[in-house]
Amino acid sequence: MAERRSNFGRSNSRRVDRVAGVIVSVAALSIVALLGWVVVATLRAGLGEIDLPFLTTAPTRAGRGGGIGPLIVSTLLVLAIAMLAATPIALLAAIRLAERSRQDRPGAVVARSGLIVLAAVPSIVFGLFGNALFCQALGMGYSILAGGLTLGCMILPFMTVTAERALRDLPDDWRLGAAALGIGRLSYLWRIELPAAAPALGSALALGIGRSLAETAALLFTSGYVMRVPTSLFDSGRTLSVHVYDLAMNVPGGASRASATACVLIGLMVLIDGTVVASLARIGAGRSAPIRRDASRDRASRIGDRS
Amino acid sequence: MTWFGKRISFRRLADRAIEFASTLAALTAAAIVLLILAFITIEAWPALRDPGPARFVTDRTWFPLSGQFGLLPMLTASVLTTIGAVLLAAPPGIASALWVRYWAPPSLAWFHRRAIAILAGTPSVVFGQWGLVVLAPLIAAWGGSGQSLLTAVIVLALMTLPTIALASDAALGSIDDELVRGGAALGLGRWGIASRVVLPAARSSLLAGILLAAARAVGETMAVLMVAGNVPNFPESLLAPVRTLTANMALEMGYASASHRSILFVSGLLLMVAVAIPYLLATIARPRSDHG
Repeated sequence: MAERRSNFGRSNSRRVDRVAGVIVSVAALSIVALLGWVVVATLRAGLGEIDLPFLTTAPTRAGRGGGIGPLIVSTLLVLAIAMLAATPIALLAAIRLAERSRQDRPGAVVARSGLIVLAAVPSIVFGLFGNALFCQALGMGYSILAGGLTLGCMILPFMTVTAERALRDLPDDWRLGAAALGIGRLSYLWRIELPAAAPALGSALALGIGRSLAETAALLFTSGYVMRVPTSLFDSGRTLSVHVYDLAMNVPGGASRASATACVLIGLMVLIDGTVVASLARIGAGRSAPIRRDASRDRASRIGDRS
Repeated sequence: MTWFGKRISFRRLADRAIEFASTLAALTAAAIVLLILAFITIEAWPALRDPGPARFVTDRTWFPLSGQFGLLPMLTASVLTTIGAVLLAAPPGIASALWVRYWAPPSLAWFHRRAIAILAGTPSVVFGQWGLVVLAPLIAAWGGSGQSLLTAVIVLALMTLPTIALASDAALGSIDDELVRGGAALGLGRWGIASRVVLPAARSSLLAGILLAAARAVGETMAVLMVAGNVPNFPESLLAPVRTLTANMALEMGYASASHRSILFVSGLLLMVAVAIPYLLATIARPRSDHG
Protein backbone atom coordinates (compact mmCIF):
# COMPACT_ATOMS: atom_id res chain seq x y z
CA MET A 1 0.00 0.00 0.00
CA ALA A 2 2.65 2.49 1.08
CA GLU A 3 4.71 1.60 -1.95
CA ARG A 4 1.81 2.15 -4.29
CA ARG A 5 0.93 5.49 -2.73
CA SER A 6 4.39 6.89 -3.18
CA ASN A 7 4.12 6.26 -6.89
CA PHE A 8 1.34 8.74 -7.25
CA GLY A 9 2.63 12.13 -7.19
CA ARG A 10 3.57 15.45 -8.60
CA SER A 11 1.41 15.49 -11.67
CA ASN A 12 -0.31 18.35 -13.39
CA SER A 13 -3.72 16.89 -12.55
CA ARG A 14 -3.31 17.51 -8.85
CA ARG A 15 -6.45 19.58 -8.50
CA VAL A 16 -8.59 16.95 -10.22
CA ASP A 17 -7.05 14.44 -7.84
CA ARG A 18 -7.97 16.49 -4.85
CA VAL A 19 -11.58 17.00 -5.96
CA ALA A 20 -11.93 13.29 -6.72
CA GLY A 21 -10.39 12.53 -3.32
CA VAL A 22 -12.99 14.67 -1.59
CA ILE A 23 -15.81 12.99 -3.52
CA VAL A 24 -14.72 9.41 -2.80
CA SER A 25 -13.98 10.10 0.85
CA VAL A 26 -17.39 11.72 1.31
CA ALA A 27 -18.95 8.63 -0.31
CA ALA A 28 -16.98 6.28 1.90
CA LEU A 29 -17.71 8.14 5.11
CA SER A 30 -21.39 8.63 4.30
CA ILE A 31 -21.83 4.88 3.87
CA VAL A 32 -20.59 4.28 7.39
CA ALA A 33 -22.59 7.25 8.65
CA LEU A 34 -25.84 6.08 7.04
CA LEU A 35 -25.51 2.50 8.24
CA GLY A 36 -24.43 3.78 11.64
CA TRP A 37 -27.55 5.97 11.70
CA VAL A 38 -29.75 2.88 11.34
CA VAL A 39 -28.06 1.15 14.28
CA VAL A 40 -27.81 4.24 16.48
CA ALA A 41 -31.46 5.22 15.88
CA THR A 42 -32.51 1.72 16.94
CA LEU A 43 -30.31 1.83 20.04
CA ARG A 44 -31.60 5.26 21.03
CA ALA A 45 -35.23 4.23 20.62
CA GLY A 46 -34.84 0.94 22.44
CA LEU A 47 -32.16 1.09 25.11
CA GLY A 48 -34.34 3.08 27.51
CA GLU A 49 -36.95 0.31 27.58
CA ILE A 50 -34.54 -2.41 28.65
CA ASP A 51 -34.31 -3.41 32.30
CA LEU A 52 -33.94 -6.69 34.15
CA PRO A 53 -37.67 -7.60 34.19
CA PHE A 54 -37.79 -6.97 30.41
CA LEU A 55 -35.07 -9.58 29.88
CA THR A 56 -36.55 -12.18 32.21
CA THR A 57 -40.37 -12.05 32.18
CA ALA A 58 -42.81 -13.38 29.61
CA PRO A 59 -44.52 -11.04 27.16
CA THR A 60 -48.11 -9.99 27.84
CA ARG A 61 -50.75 -8.38 25.58
CA ALA A 62 -49.09 -9.66 22.36
CA GLY A 63 -45.77 -8.16 23.43
CA ARG A 64 -46.92 -4.66 24.40
CA GLY A 65 -46.31 -5.51 28.06
CA GLY A 66 -44.04 -7.85 29.96
CA GLY A 67 -40.66 -8.86 28.62
CA ILE A 68 -38.91 -11.16 26.20
CA GLY A 69 -37.50 -13.87 28.52
CA PRO A 70 -38.98 -16.93 26.74
CA LEU A 71 -37.99 -15.51 23.35
CA ILE A 72 -34.34 -15.30 24.41
CA VAL A 73 -34.53 -18.99 25.37
CA SER A 74 -36.09 -19.90 21.99
CA THR A 75 -33.53 -17.83 20.12
CA LEU A 76 -30.60 -19.53 21.87
CA LEU A 77 -32.10 -23.00 21.28
CA VAL A 78 -32.65 -22.38 17.56
CA LEU A 79 -29.12 -20.97 17.34
CA ALA A 80 -27.65 -23.99 19.16
CA ILE A 81 -29.35 -26.48 16.83
CA ALA A 82 -28.29 -24.57 13.72
CA MET A 83 -24.66 -24.43 14.89
CA LEU A 84 -24.60 -28.09 16.01
CA ALA A 85 -25.94 -29.15 12.63
CA ALA A 86 -23.79 -26.91 10.44
CA THR A 87 -20.41 -26.69 12.23
CA PRO A 88 -19.15 -30.30 11.89
CA ILE A 89 -20.28 -30.56 8.27
CA ALA A 90 -18.80 -27.18 7.37
CA LEU A 91 -15.48 -28.03 9.03
CA LEU A 92 -15.17 -31.43 7.36
CA ALA A 93 -16.18 -30.01 3.99
CA ALA A 94 -13.63 -27.23 4.40
CA ILE A 95 -10.90 -29.78 5.17
CA ARG A 96 -11.70 -31.63 1.96
CA LEU A 97 -12.00 -28.51 -0.19
CA ALA A 98 -8.77 -26.97 1.13
CA GLU A 99 -6.71 -29.89 -0.19
CA ARG A 100 -4.75 -28.35 -2.99
CA SER A 101 -3.81 -31.52 -4.76
CA ARG A 102 -7.38 -32.58 -5.50
CA GLN A 103 -9.10 -29.49 -6.87
CA ASP A 104 -10.16 -30.70 -10.30
CA ARG A 105 -11.82 -33.98 -9.44
CA PRO A 106 -15.52 -34.07 -10.41
CA GLY A 107 -16.52 -34.39 -6.74
CA ALA A 108 -14.79 -31.13 -5.84
CA VAL A 109 -16.40 -29.30 -8.76
CA VAL A 110 -19.88 -30.56 -7.80
CA ALA A 111 -19.28 -29.63 -4.17
CA ARG A 112 -18.15 -26.14 -5.10
CA SER A 113 -21.09 -25.45 -7.41
CA GLY A 114 -23.42 -26.75 -4.69
CA LEU A 115 -21.94 -24.29 -2.21
CA ILE A 116 -22.32 -21.39 -4.64
CA VAL A 117 -25.95 -22.14 -5.41
CA LEU A 118 -26.80 -22.82 -1.77
CA ALA A 119 -25.30 -19.47 -0.78
CA ALA A 120 -27.50 -17.82 -3.41
CA VAL A 121 -30.83 -19.25 -2.27
CA PRO A 122 -32.91 -16.43 -0.72
CA SER A 123 -33.74 -16.99 2.94
CA ILE A 124 -37.50 -16.96 2.32
CA VAL A 125 -37.01 -19.92 -0.02
CA PHE A 126 -35.21 -21.72 2.82
CA GLY A 127 -38.33 -20.97 4.85
CA LEU A 128 -40.58 -22.62 2.23
CA PHE A 129 -38.19 -25.56 1.96
CA GLY A 130 -37.93 -26.01 5.74
CA ASN A 131 -41.70 -25.87 6.02
CA ALA A 132 -42.17 -28.50 3.29
CA LEU A 133 -39.38 -30.86 4.43
CA PHE A 134 -38.97 -30.55 8.19
CA CYS A 135 -42.40 -29.34 9.31
CA GLN A 136 -44.55 -31.41 6.96
CA ALA A 137 -42.71 -34.32 5.31
CA LEU A 138 -40.75 -35.20 8.45
CA GLY A 139 -43.66 -34.32 10.74
CA MET A 140 -41.83 -31.95 13.06
CA GLY A 141 -44.53 -29.29 12.79
CA TYR A 142 -43.68 -25.70 13.66
CA SER A 143 -40.80 -26.39 16.04
CA ILE A 144 -37.47 -25.18 17.35
CA LEU A 145 -35.88 -28.24 15.76
CA ALA A 146 -37.32 -27.50 12.30
CA GLY A 147 -36.25 -23.84 12.53
CA GLY A 148 -32.75 -24.72 13.71
CA LEU A 149 -32.21 -27.30 10.97
CA THR A 150 -33.47 -24.87 8.32
CA LEU A 151 -30.98 -22.27 9.55
CA GLY A 152 -28.28 -24.94 9.61
CA CYS A 153 -28.80 -25.51 5.86
CA MET A 154 -28.77 -21.78 5.28
CA ILE A 155 -25.49 -20.98 7.05
CA LEU A 156 -23.63 -24.08 5.83
CA PRO A 157 -22.15 -22.56 2.64
CA PHE A 158 -20.94 -19.37 4.36
CA MET A 159 -19.28 -21.30 7.18
CA THR A 160 -17.71 -23.78 4.77
CA VAL A 161 -16.20 -21.14 2.51
CA THR A 162 -14.83 -19.10 5.44
CA ALA A 163 -13.37 -22.19 7.14
CA GLU A 164 -11.84 -23.34 3.86
CA ARG A 165 -10.10 -20.00 3.47
CA ALA A 166 -8.81 -20.28 7.04
CA LEU A 167 -7.22 -23.67 6.32
CA ARG A 168 -5.91 -22.59 2.94
CA ASP A 169 -4.08 -19.62 4.46
CA LEU A 170 -1.67 -21.96 6.27
CA PRO A 171 1.66 -22.35 4.48
CA ASP A 172 1.80 -25.34 2.14
CA ASP A 173 5.30 -26.20 3.41
CA TRP A 174 3.83 -27.42 6.70
CA ARG A 175 1.93 -30.18 4.96
CA LEU A 176 5.03 -31.25 3.04
CA GLY A 177 7.07 -31.13 6.24
CA ALA A 178 4.52 -33.25 8.06
CA ALA A 179 4.47 -35.76 5.21
CA ALA A 180 8.28 -35.91 5.25
CA LEU A 181 8.22 -36.64 8.99
CA GLY A 182 5.68 -39.42 8.45
CA ILE A 183 2.90 -37.67 10.36
CA GLY A 184 -0.53 -39.03 9.44
CA ARG A 185 -3.33 -36.95 7.96
CA LEU A 186 -5.36 -37.09 11.18
CA SER A 187 -2.57 -36.09 13.56
CA TYR A 188 -1.48 -33.33 11.21
CA LEU A 189 -5.04 -32.05 11.19
CA TRP A 190 -5.54 -32.31 14.94
CA ARG A 191 -2.13 -31.20 16.21
CA ILE A 192 -1.07 -28.63 13.64
CA GLU A 193 -3.69 -27.55 11.13
CA LEU A 194 -6.72 -26.94 13.35
CA PRO A 195 -4.93 -25.20 16.26
CA ALA A 196 -3.03 -22.93 13.91
CA ALA A 197 -6.19 -22.04 12.01
CA ALA A 198 -8.33 -21.72 15.16
CA PRO A 199 -8.56 -17.91 15.20
CA ALA A 200 -9.58 -17.80 11.54
CA LEU A 201 -11.98 -20.71 12.05
CA GLY A 202 -13.50 -18.59 14.80
CA SER A 203 -14.59 -16.09 12.18
CA ALA A 204 -16.45 -18.89 10.36
CA LEU A 205 -18.31 -19.68 13.57
CA ALA A 206 -18.97 -16.00 14.20
CA LEU A 207 -20.36 -15.63 10.68
CA GLY A 208 -22.73 -18.55 11.23
CA ILE A 209 -23.87 -17.18 14.58
CA GLY A 210 -24.41 -13.70 13.18
CA ARG A 211 -26.46 -14.93 10.23
CA SER A 212 -28.52 -17.25 12.42
CA LEU A 213 -29.39 -14.57 14.94
CA ALA A 214 -30.22 -12.04 12.23
CA GLU A 215 -32.45 -14.37 10.23
CA THR A 216 -36.20 -13.90 10.23
CA ALA A 217 -37.73 -14.95 6.92
CA ALA A 218 -36.53 -18.57 7.12
CA LEU A 219 -38.03 -18.93 10.60
CA LEU A 220 -41.53 -17.50 10.05
CA PHE A 221 -42.89 -20.85 8.84
CA THR A 222 -40.49 -23.23 10.53
CA SER A 223 -40.06 -22.29 14.18
CA GLY A 224 -43.24 -20.23 14.33
CA TYR A 225 -44.69 -17.57 16.57
CA VAL A 226 -45.46 -19.12 19.96
CA MET A 227 -44.26 -16.91 22.84
CA ARG A 228 -44.13 -19.48 25.68
CA VAL A 229 -40.91 -20.98 27.01
CA PRO A 230 -40.42 -24.11 24.87
CA THR A 231 -40.54 -27.33 26.92
CA SER A 232 -39.08 -29.52 24.18
CA LEU A 233 -37.35 -29.10 20.84
CA PHE A 234 -40.62 -30.02 19.14
CA ASP A 235 -42.34 -26.95 20.59
CA SER A 236 -42.78 -23.87 18.48
CA GLY A 237 -40.74 -20.93 19.74
CA ARG A 238 -40.58 -17.33 18.61
CA THR A 239 -37.09 -15.89 18.09
CA LEU A 240 -36.12 -12.29 18.85
CA SER A 241 -35.96 -11.30 15.18
CA VAL A 242 -39.45 -12.68 14.51
CA HIS A 243 -40.65 -10.77 17.57
CA VAL A 244 -39.21 -7.50 16.23
CA TYR A 245 -41.04 -8.05 12.95
CA ASP A 246 -44.32 -8.98 14.60
CA LEU A 247 -44.26 -6.08 17.06
CA ALA A 248 -43.39 -3.55 14.37
CA MET A 249 -45.93 -4.74 11.81
CA ASN A 250 -48.82 -6.46 13.54
CA VAL A 251 -49.07 -4.95 17.01
CA PRO A 252 -50.32 -1.34 17.15
CA GLY A 253 -48.24 0.54 19.68
CA GLY A 254 -45.48 -2.07 19.58
CA ALA A 255 -42.82 0.15 18.01
CA SER A 256 -40.85 0.98 21.15
CA ARG A 257 -40.89 -2.65 22.28
CA ALA A 258 -39.72 -3.66 18.79
CA SER A 259 -36.75 -1.29 19.10
CA ALA A 260 -35.96 -2.60 22.58
CA THR A 261 -36.04 -6.20 21.31
CA ALA A 262 -33.85 -5.21 18.36
CA CYS A 263 -31.33 -3.75 20.85
CA VAL A 264 -31.25 -7.01 22.81
CA LEU A 265 -30.76 -8.87 19.51
CA ILE A 266 -27.83 -6.65 18.51
CA GLY A 267 -26.37 -6.95 22.01
CA LEU A 268 -26.64 -10.75 21.89
CA MET A 269 -24.90 -10.83 18.49
CA VAL A 270 -22.02 -8.69 19.73
CA LEU A 271 -21.71 -10.67 22.97
CA ILE A 272 -21.69 -14.18 21.46
CA ASP A 273 -19.50 -13.16 18.53
CA GLY A 274 -16.97 -11.53 20.82
CA THR A 275 -16.83 -14.54 23.15
CA VAL A 276 -16.36 -17.03 20.32
CA VAL A 277 -13.69 -15.03 18.55
CA ALA A 278 -11.79 -14.32 21.76
CA SER A 279 -11.82 -17.90 23.01
CA LEU A 280 -10.75 -19.40 19.70
CA ALA A 281 -8.01 -16.82 19.40
CA ARG A 282 -6.75 -17.98 22.81
CA ILE A 283 -6.79 -21.63 21.75
CA GLY A 284 -4.80 -20.71 18.69
CA ALA A 285 -2.27 -18.72 20.70
CA GLY A 286 -1.95 -21.38 23.43
CA ARG A 287 -1.66 -24.52 21.38
CA SER A 288 0.48 -23.44 18.52
CA ALA A 289 2.61 -20.58 19.76
CA PRO A 290 5.92 -21.90 18.36
CA ILE A 291 4.34 -22.67 15.01
CA ARG A 292 2.99 -19.18 14.70
CA ARG A 293 6.34 -17.64 15.42
CA ASP A 294 7.82 -19.77 12.65
CA ALA A 295 5.13 -18.59 10.32
CA SER A 296 5.92 -14.94 10.89
CA ARG A 297 9.62 -15.58 10.31
CA ASP A 298 8.65 -17.31 7.09
CA ARG A 299 6.75 -14.31 5.96
CA ALA A 300 9.58 -11.96 6.89
CA SER A 301 12.09 -13.91 4.83
CA ARG A 302 9.73 -13.95 1.86
CA ILE A 303 9.37 -10.18 1.96
CA GLY A 304 13.14 -9.96 2.19
CA ASP A 305 13.46 -12.08 -0.93
CA ARG A 306 11.26 -9.83 -2.96
CA SER A 307 13.26 -6.68 -2.31
CA MET B 1 6.77 -55.86 11.17
CA THR B 2 3.87 -56.71 13.46
CA TRP B 3 4.05 -53.74 15.81
CA PHE B 4 5.12 -51.32 13.15
CA GLY B 5 2.58 -52.73 10.70
CA LYS B 6 -0.28 -52.36 13.15
CA ARG B 7 0.51 -48.72 13.76
CA ILE B 8 0.64 -47.99 10.10
CA SER B 9 -2.63 -49.72 9.39
CA PHE B 10 -4.44 -47.98 12.25
CA ARG B 11 -3.19 -44.68 10.94
CA ARG B 12 -4.22 -45.59 7.42
CA LEU B 13 -7.66 -46.46 8.69
CA ALA B 14 -8.04 -43.18 10.53
CA ASP B 15 -6.84 -41.25 7.50
CA ARG B 16 -9.27 -43.11 5.27
CA ALA B 17 -12.12 -42.40 7.68
CA ILE B 18 -11.45 -38.67 7.78
CA GLU B 19 -11.08 -38.61 4.02
CA PHE B 20 -14.39 -40.37 3.50
CA ALA B 21 -16.23 -38.19 6.04
CA SER B 22 -14.84 -34.98 4.60
CA THR B 23 -15.73 -35.92 1.02
CA LEU B 24 -19.23 -36.75 2.16
CA ALA B 25 -19.48 -33.43 4.02
CA ALA B 26 -18.25 -31.52 0.99
CA LEU B 27 -21.07 -32.97 -1.07
CA THR B 28 -23.73 -32.10 1.53
CA ALA B 29 -24.29 -28.61 0.16
CA ALA B 30 -24.96 -29.99 -3.31
CA ALA B 31 -27.32 -32.56 -1.80
CA ILE B 32 -29.22 -29.84 0.05
CA VAL B 33 -29.57 -27.86 -3.18
CA LEU B 34 -31.11 -30.91 -4.85
CA LEU B 35 -33.42 -31.44 -1.87
CA ILE B 36 -34.55 -27.82 -2.00
CA LEU B 37 -35.23 -28.03 -5.73
CA ALA B 38 -37.07 -31.33 -5.29
CA PHE B 39 -39.29 -30.22 -2.41
CA ILE B 40 -40.14 -26.84 -3.87
CA THR B 41 -40.94 -28.40 -7.25
CA ILE B 42 -43.12 -31.08 -5.64
CA GLU B 43 -45.07 -28.41 -3.75
CA ALA B 44 -45.27 -26.16 -6.80
CA TRP B 45 -46.37 -28.91 -9.18
CA PRO B 46 -50.16 -28.80 -8.51
CA ALA B 47 -50.27 -25.09 -9.35
CA LEU B 48 -48.13 -25.53 -12.45
CA ARG B 49 -50.71 -28.07 -13.67
CA ASP B 50 -54.01 -26.61 -12.54
CA PRO B 51 -54.15 -22.85 -12.98
CA GLY B 52 -51.06 -23.31 -15.15
CA PRO B 53 -48.17 -20.91 -15.81
CA ALA B 54 -50.12 -18.86 -18.37
CA ARG B 55 -52.59 -17.66 -15.73
CA PHE B 56 -49.76 -16.20 -13.62
CA VAL B 57 -49.15 -13.77 -16.48
CA THR B 58 -52.62 -13.27 -17.95
CA ASP B 59 -54.51 -12.64 -14.70
CA ARG B 60 -54.19 -8.94 -14.07
CA THR B 61 -54.57 -9.07 -10.29
CA TRP B 62 -53.67 -11.18 -7.28
CA PHE B 63 -56.75 -12.33 -5.36
CA PRO B 64 -55.89 -15.97 -4.75
CA LEU B 65 -59.02 -16.59 -2.68
CA SER B 66 -61.25 -15.60 -5.60
CA GLY B 67 -59.21 -17.30 -8.29
CA GLN B 68 -57.09 -14.40 -9.58
CA PHE B 69 -53.47 -15.52 -9.71
CA GLY B 70 -51.57 -12.70 -11.47
CA LEU B 71 -47.94 -12.64 -10.32
CA LEU B 72 -46.89 -9.82 -12.66
CA PRO B 73 -47.56 -6.89 -10.28
CA MET B 74 -45.33 -8.48 -7.65
CA LEU B 75 -42.69 -9.49 -10.16
CA THR B 76 -42.63 -5.87 -11.34
CA ALA B 77 -42.25 -4.66 -7.78
CA SER B 78 -39.38 -7.07 -7.14
CA VAL B 79 -37.57 -5.97 -10.30
CA LEU B 80 -38.16 -2.24 -9.67
CA THR B 81 -37.00 -2.29 -6.04
CA THR B 82 -33.91 -4.29 -6.95
CA ILE B 83 -32.90 -2.10 -9.90
CA GLY B 84 -33.57 1.06 -7.90
CA ALA B 85 -31.55 -0.17 -4.94
CA VAL B 86 -28.58 -1.22 -7.05
CA LEU B 87 -28.60 2.04 -9.04
CA LEU B 88 -28.56 3.99 -5.78
CA ALA B 89 -25.96 1.84 -4.06
CA ALA B 90 -23.45 1.11 -6.83
CA PRO B 91 -21.85 4.58 -7.29
CA PRO B 92 -21.16 5.26 -3.59
CA GLY B 93 -20.18 1.61 -3.06
CA ILE B 94 -17.55 1.72 -5.81
CA ALA B 95 -16.41 5.19 -4.72
CA SER B 96 -15.92 3.88 -1.21
CA ALA B 97 -13.78 1.02 -2.53
CA LEU B 98 -11.67 3.52 -4.51
CA TRP B 99 -11.18 5.58 -1.37
CA VAL B 100 -10.14 2.56 0.66
CA ARG B 101 -7.65 1.42 -1.99
CA TYR B 102 -6.12 4.67 -3.24
CA TRP B 103 -6.85 7.58 -0.94
CA ALA B 104 -7.32 6.42 2.63
CA PRO B 105 -4.42 6.22 5.09
CA PRO B 106 -3.88 2.50 5.83
CA SER B 107 -5.19 2.70 9.40
CA LEU B 108 -8.39 4.45 8.34
CA ALA B 109 -8.83 2.00 5.47
CA TRP B 110 -8.60 -0.90 7.93
CA PHE B 111 -11.12 0.74 10.22
CA HIS B 112 -13.48 1.45 7.32
CA ARG B 113 -13.39 -2.15 6.09
CA ARG B 114 -14.05 -3.47 9.60
CA ALA B 115 -16.92 -1.03 10.14
CA ILE B 116 -18.62 -1.98 6.88
CA ALA B 117 -18.13 -5.70 7.49
CA ILE B 118 -19.69 -5.36 10.94
CA LEU B 119 -22.56 -3.18 9.77
CA ALA B 120 -23.21 -5.67 6.96
CA GLY B 121 -24.34 -8.11 9.64
CA THR B 122 -27.13 -5.85 10.88
CA PRO B 123 -30.35 -7.91 10.95
CA SER B 124 -32.81 -6.99 8.21
CA VAL B 125 -35.61 -6.50 10.74
CA VAL B 126 -33.51 -3.67 12.22
CA PHE B 127 -33.40 -2.01 8.80
CA GLY B 128 -37.14 -2.62 8.49
CA GLN B 129 -37.88 -1.13 11.89
CA TRP B 130 -35.71 1.91 11.10
CA GLY B 131 -37.46 2.32 7.74
CA LEU B 132 -40.83 2.14 9.41
CA VAL B 133 -40.11 4.52 12.29
CA VAL B 134 -37.55 6.95 10.86
CA LEU B 135 -37.68 6.91 7.06
CA ALA B 136 -41.39 6.35 6.32
CA PRO B 137 -42.52 9.54 8.14
CA LEU B 138 -39.94 11.54 6.13
CA ILE B 139 -41.20 10.05 2.85
CA ALA B 140 -44.83 10.56 3.91
CA ALA B 141 -44.19 14.31 3.85
CA TRP B 142 -44.13 14.03 0.03
CA GLY B 143 -47.47 12.24 -0.04
CA GLY B 144 -48.83 8.78 0.56
CA SER B 145 -48.52 6.76 3.73
CA GLY B 146 -44.74 6.61 3.68
CA GLN B 147 -44.77 2.88 3.03
CA SER B 148 -43.97 2.91 -0.65
CA LEU B 149 -41.81 1.82 -3.55
CA LEU B 150 -39.42 4.68 -2.82
CA THR B 151 -39.04 3.74 0.86
CA ALA B 152 -38.38 0.14 -0.11
CA VAL B 153 -35.78 1.21 -2.67
CA ILE B 154 -33.93 3.39 -0.15
CA VAL B 155 -33.91 0.76 2.61
CA LEU B 156 -32.85 -1.93 0.16
CA ALA B 157 -30.10 0.34 -1.19
CA LEU B 158 -28.74 0.80 2.33
CA MET B 159 -28.73 -2.94 2.88
CA THR B 160 -27.00 -3.48 -0.48
CA LEU B 161 -24.28 -0.88 0.13
CA PRO B 162 -21.96 -3.05 2.26
CA THR B 163 -22.14 -5.91 -0.26
CA ILE B 164 -21.22 -3.64 -3.17
CA ALA B 165 -18.52 -1.81 -1.20
CA LEU B 166 -16.82 -5.01 -0.03
CA ALA B 167 -17.12 -6.75 -3.42
CA SER B 168 -15.76 -3.68 -5.24
CA ASP B 169 -12.89 -3.49 -2.76
CA ALA B 170 -11.99 -7.10 -3.57
CA ALA B 171 -12.38 -6.41 -7.31
CA LEU B 172 -9.98 -3.46 -7.17
CA GLY B 173 -7.55 -5.52 -5.14
CA SER B 174 -7.45 -8.21 -7.80
CA ILE B 175 -5.98 -6.12 -10.62
CA ASP B 176 -2.31 -6.31 -11.48
CA ASP B 177 -0.06 -3.93 -9.57
CA GLU B 178 2.02 -3.46 -12.71
CA LEU B 179 -0.88 -1.61 -14.34
CA VAL B 180 -1.01 0.89 -11.50
CA ARG B 181 2.76 1.41 -11.60
CA GLY B 182 2.63 1.83 -15.36
CA GLY B 183 -0.04 4.49 -15.00
CA ALA B 184 2.03 6.31 -12.41
CA ALA B 185 5.11 6.10 -14.65
CA LEU B 186 3.12 7.74 -17.43
CA GLY B 187 2.46 10.66 -15.10
CA LEU B 188 -1.17 10.01 -14.33
CA GLY B 189 -2.48 11.33 -11.02
CA ARG B 190 -4.51 9.28 -8.60
CA TRP B 191 -7.76 10.11 -10.30
CA GLY B 192 -6.24 9.44 -13.70
CA ILE B 193 -5.05 6.03 -12.55
CA ALA B 194 -8.36 5.27 -10.86
CA SER B 195 -10.55 6.30 -13.79
CA ARG B 196 -8.43 5.28 -16.77
CA VAL B 197 -6.50 2.28 -15.49
CA VAL B 198 -8.06 0.70 -12.42
CA LEU B 199 -11.77 0.96 -13.19
CA PRO B 200 -11.51 -0.33 -16.78
CA ALA B 201 -9.22 -3.17 -15.68
CA ALA B 202 -11.56 -4.20 -12.87
CA ARG B 203 -14.74 -3.67 -14.89
CA SER B 204 -15.88 -7.25 -15.18
CA SER B 205 -15.25 -8.14 -11.56
CA LEU B 206 -16.96 -4.92 -10.44
CA LEU B 207 -19.98 -5.92 -12.54
CA ALA B 208 -19.90 -9.39 -11.00
CA GLY B 209 -20.00 -7.82 -7.54
CA ILE B 210 -22.99 -5.70 -8.52
CA LEU B 211 -24.74 -8.77 -9.91
CA LEU B 212 -24.17 -10.56 -6.60
CA ALA B 213 -25.62 -7.60 -4.74
CA ALA B 214 -28.66 -7.54 -7.05
CA ALA B 215 -29.22 -11.25 -6.49
CA ARG B 216 -29.16 -10.70 -2.76
CA ALA B 217 -31.47 -7.68 -3.02
CA VAL B 218 -34.07 -9.61 -5.02
CA GLY B 219 -34.22 -12.23 -2.28
CA GLU B 220 -34.43 -9.79 0.62
CA THR B 221 -37.73 -10.22 2.41
CA MET B 222 -38.20 -8.75 5.86
CA ALA B 223 -37.05 -5.16 5.42
CA VAL B 224 -38.98 -4.76 2.17
CA LEU B 225 -42.03 -6.39 3.71
CA MET B 226 -41.93 -3.88 6.56
CA VAL B 227 -41.61 -0.69 4.47
CA ALA B 228 -43.16 -1.31 1.03
CA GLY B 229 -46.84 -1.11 1.97
CA ASN B 230 -47.67 -4.54 0.50
CA VAL B 231 -50.52 -3.68 -1.89
CA PRO B 232 -50.29 -6.15 -4.80
CA ASN B 233 -50.86 -3.61 -7.59
CA PHE B 234 -48.68 -2.21 -10.35
CA PRO B 235 -47.13 0.94 -8.81
CA GLU B 236 -48.41 4.17 -10.38
CA SER B 237 -45.73 6.33 -8.82
CA LEU B 238 -42.67 6.14 -6.59
CA LEU B 239 -44.89 6.91 -3.62
CA ALA B 240 -47.35 4.09 -4.28
CA PRO B 241 -47.27 0.99 -2.05
CA VAL B 242 -45.98 -2.21 -3.66
CA ARG B 243 -45.67 -5.87 -2.75
CA THR B 244 -42.67 -7.90 -3.84
CA LEU B 245 -42.65 -11.64 -4.55
CA THR B 246 -40.71 -12.34 -1.36
CA ALA B 247 -43.04 -10.21 0.77
CA ASN B 248 -46.01 -12.02 -0.76
CA MET B 249 -44.62 -15.38 0.32
CA ALA B 250 -43.91 -14.17 3.84
CA LEU B 251 -47.37 -12.62 4.19
CA GLU B 252 -49.46 -15.48 2.86
CA MET B 253 -47.65 -18.73 3.67
CA GLY B 254 -49.13 -18.63 7.16
CA TYR B 255 -52.72 -19.16 6.01
CA ALA B 256 -52.41 -20.39 2.43
CA SER B 257 -53.67 -23.84 1.54
CA ALA B 258 -54.19 -26.00 -1.57
CA SER B 259 -53.53 -24.21 -4.87
CA HIS B 260 -52.83 -20.90 -3.14
CA ARG B 261 -49.98 -22.47 -1.14
CA SER B 262 -48.78 -24.21 -4.26
CA ILE B 263 -48.53 -20.91 -6.16
CA LEU B 264 -46.42 -19.44 -3.38
CA PHE B 265 -44.03 -22.33 -3.96
CA VAL B 266 -44.06 -21.53 -7.69
CA SER B 267 -42.90 -18.02 -6.90
CA GLY B 268 -40.26 -19.50 -4.60
CA LEU B 269 -39.01 -21.73 -7.41
CA LEU B 270 -38.99 -18.77 -9.79
CA LEU B 271 -37.00 -16.74 -7.29
CA MET B 272 -34.50 -19.50 -6.64
CA VAL B 273 -33.76 -20.08 -10.31
CA ALA B 274 -33.67 -16.34 -11.07
CA VAL B 275 -31.14 -15.78 -8.27
CA ALA B 276 -28.99 -18.90 -8.56
CA ILE B 277 -28.10 -18.46 -12.25
CA PRO B 278 -26.63 -14.93 -12.04
CA TYR B 279 -24.98 -15.89 -8.75
CA LEU B 280 -23.27 -18.87 -10.33
CA LEU B 281 -22.15 -16.75 -13.31
CA ALA B 282 -20.95 -13.90 -11.11
CA THR B 283 -18.99 -16.15 -8.78
CA ILE B 284 -17.27 -17.85 -11.69
CA ALA B 285 -16.47 -14.46 -13.24
CA ARG B 286 -14.95 -13.12 -10.04
CA PRO B 287 -11.21 -13.34 -9.50
CA ARG B 288 -10.10 -16.53 -7.85
CA SER B 289 -8.51 -14.84 -4.84
CA ASP B 290 -11.68 -13.72 -3.09
CA HIS B 291 -13.94 -16.71 -3.29
CA GLY B 292 -11.35 -19.45 -2.97
